[in-house]
Amino acid sequence: MGELSVDHLLGIKQLNKEDIQLIFETADHFKEVINRPIKKVPSLRDITIANLFFENSTRTRISFELAEKRLSADTINFSASSSSVKKGETLIDTVNNILSMKVDMIVMRHPEPGAAVFLAKHVDSRIINAGDGTHEHPTQALLDSYSIREKLGSVKSKKVLILGDVTHSRVALSNIFALNKLGAEVMVCGPPTLIPKHIKELGVQVEYNLEKALNWCDVVITLRIQLERQNEKLFPSLREYAMVYGLNKNLLDSLNKKILIMHPGPINRGVEITSDVADSKQAIILDQVENGVAIRMAILYLLASKIDRG
Amino acid sequence: MNENVILDPVHFNLTIKRLCFELIENHDDFSQSVIIGLQPRGVFLANHIKKELENIIPGIQLKVGKLDITFYRDDFRRRDTPITANETEMNFVIENKKVIMVDDVFYTGRSLRSGLDAMLAFGRPQKVEMLVLIERKYSRDYPLQPDYIGKSVDSLSSQRVKVYWEETEKKNLVKLYTIK
Repeated sequence: MGELSVDHLLGIKQLNKEDIQLIFETADHFKEVINRPIKKVPSLRDITIANLFFENSTRTRISFELAEKRLSADTINFSASSSSVKKGETLIDTVNNILSMKVDMIVMRHPEPGAAVFLAKHVDSRIINAGDGTHEHPTQALLDSYSIREKLGSVKSKKVLILGDVTHSRVALSNIFALNKLGAEVMVCGPPTLIPKHIKELGVQVEYNLEKALNWCDVVITLRIQLERQNEKLFPSLREYAMVYGLNKNLLDSLNKKILIMHPGPINRGVEITSDVADSKQAIILDQVENGVAIRMAILYLLASKIDRG
Repeated sequence: MNENVILDPVHFNLTIKRLCFELIENHDDFSQSVIIGLQPRGVFLANHIKKELENIIPGIQLKVGKLDITFYRDDFRRRDTPITANETEMNFVIENKKVIMVDDVFYTGRSLRSGLDAMLAFGRPQKVEMLVLIERKYSRDYPLQPDYIGKSVDSLSSQRVKVYWEETEKKNLVKLYTIK
């Protein structure tokens, strides 16, 4: 097992292909571990990890916490809603206070893009970005590519469609970086108001017609329509969005092949995906969740191995 | 570097045969026993033991697994080079079974300690025994001893014992290397 080329996981952009392969190979071992009768290994028993969530999260936070516990790390959890952040404390002050309590690693979600990079520059700890604004969500992208690799054998040369609100999605950006590095072909599809103007410069194709896009792809990663964005008038209504860009059974049945359906969650059933599709055999949404724990264990393990003792 | 052959191919195979007969004395038909090879090189010995037992007792049903101890080691973050994990394949439960843990060389006892820790993730065995091809005497870091020993050798910590397997090195052989 080699070593990661980075000391922090700030984004997929900073990783190279070998890093991603190493994370996948390590995750293979952890996937076996989490399917044992006793799902815990003692590797990180002398490591303390702070989970700092300045923005709401359910599955990412639980997934990280579970990964940390499966590795026997000590954890502390912090959420902005119940902390001194509300009293006006700055990010660096909050984090340095937590680090004074001898924390080795920090998992952070923050609403501001670049918050993880900023933190890595200013505090002495290993930082894992669990989502920073509309910038990156590296662990989600890694578990998505890992799930594609698991189901289709490899990511290389696979045609992957990212569907929905690409502009506001950190999942989309991280996925584009990861899929490109692993040699997949990437296409984005959605209403023109939700597709960034210069996205082609990232090496992706753009298609506004969902049926054409689905006929092209092997895998579709459906993004969540952020309901809070309705007021920004980027599309007329949820109903219209669902009619034009929602995945439904009729549409999938009309294709001459079975494509893999993925979704980072949480799902808005009946908006970007109908219930019968989300619960179908083609959908691997719950496999993604299981793989998320293995991927996060691999990242924690590999970054922890770079912490000097004493 | 000086090298001495500790076990030549003939004695190597005889030793494995002898270890099998010792196992048969204690495990009868192996219906309540499982063999676990410690990754990476204990797996080779476990496979040789399996093959030989099947020769001696035709039709015997053996449960043989592979156990990786990487995530249970006590030298994580203390080594200069990262440790490579290997596959774990345990397609049986070890609850109330007699476990025969197998490794090629028994030295400080640290691998066995990690192996015992890793094994407990698969249940609570009735009994655990350790089988090794080569025991390096007087070099224990933990108060552990193997139950079945192919050959015991006196060696210095500066010396190195290497077991060659026909699967990877085209011959069954054990050598002791002395660095001048």
